[in-house]
Amino acid sequence: MSEGIGVFGIFFAAIFTSNILLTLYLGTCSFLAVSRQVKTAVGLGFAVIFVMTATSALNWLIYNFLLKPFDLDYLKYIVFIIVIAAFVQIVEMVIERVSETLYTALGIFLPLITVNCAILGVSLFMIIRNYTFSQSVSFGLGSGVGWMIAIIAMAGIREKLANARIPKGLEGAGITLIIAGIMAMAFMGFTGMMGLS
Amino acid sequence: MNNKINKITLANLGRDNPVFVQILGICSTLAVTNVLKNTVVMSIGLVFVTALSNVTVSILRKQIPTRIRMMVTTMIIASYVILVDIVLKAYLPDVSRQLGPYVGLIITNCIIMGRAEAFALNNKPFISFVDGMSSGIGYTYVLLIIAFFRELMGSGTVWGFTVLGSWWVKWSIMVMAPGAFFMLAVFIWIVKGVIIKDPEEVK
Repeated sequence: MSEGIGVFGIFFAAIFTSNILLTLYLGTCSFLAVSRQVKTAVGLGFAVIFVMTATSALNWLIYNFLLKPFDLDYLKYIVFIIVIAAFVQIVEMVIERVSETLYTALGIFLPLITVNCAILGVSLFMIIRNYTFSQSVSFGLGSGVGWMIAIIAMAGIREKLANARIPKGLEGAGITLIIAGIMAMAFMGFTGMMGLS
Repeated sequence: MNNKINKITLANLGRDNPVFVQILGICSTLAVTNVLKNTVVMSIGLVFVTALSNVTVSILRKQIPTRIRMMVTTMIIASYVILVDIVLKAYLPDVSRQLGPYVGLIITNCIIMGRAEAFALNNKPFISFVDGMSSGIGYTYVLLIIAFFRELMGSGTVWGFTVLGSWWVKWSIMVMAPGAFFMLAVFIWIVKGVIIKDPEEVK
């Protein structure tokens, strides 16, 4: 069913028409928690892109060459999550070496990438939609970029909001969710440009 | 003992509710609440996984090495999710297809991991079971309320039965992504407004 869409089509569709955060709701937890500052949002965004692309490639290979031939389809959840957890560990070590400030800024949120539903979600969606290898990689990359665009936009808005007067009950999560809703509406404007089944 | 159980249950249903106070597990809150029936199935699955993985982690808490405890916890959760997935595929294939990847995504639902980390690692099995159960129920009723309104306003139905007649203009935005965000925001707003009025409960 996905034969018709080219690699680039999937890439752009994953960013705009089926943005993983704003239309599929994946990765909302860390989206709400880490979107206070643009700088941290950029850092986490790159980490997510890297992990998402790499794990979708790895999981595709493992699923199609190991799990499928041996009829171990039901093990996919456990296998996928192990691959993701191992990868996050690597990213964490790299960031610790490269940038001390980024490491302290991201702090406890890095391990949270493991439980970022978006990463596991991308792997599960690519299985359900029967993507080929190149399609899966571009889907992972596109979803990561889409997630990063959304979180950076949100962080930019929230930095401005710091000075705004918000009703008491809406502070924090409430106002963030409303902004996310408006962003989702804006992204709905792309609907029809290209489709992902 | 009884007192402690009551206290934990009440806290998880109200003051420490995982969804609207701790803002955990939002992804599935938003994703499955456009139809009431899917929400119920999803919630039952989640209560099952939270309660049992809490018990398992609690039983094994002395054996699990601290360094790899996240991995072990995730494995335990994933095993229970596989059970849920297989049962759903066998008995409710339609719902299973509609929920799609969101059943598998119970694994990454922060509520379960959070309860296992924060509670089950330091407490006895039975009390952990109560804690998992009540967190799950605290999550469930929020989802049910949101799903009820989204389905009612978005499709004019409740549980698939038409409630609002043809005079009702369907708010199709409610079953789509933005509606989910708005609905949850409004819910949090109302709840926080009520809590803030009561100075006893402000943390």
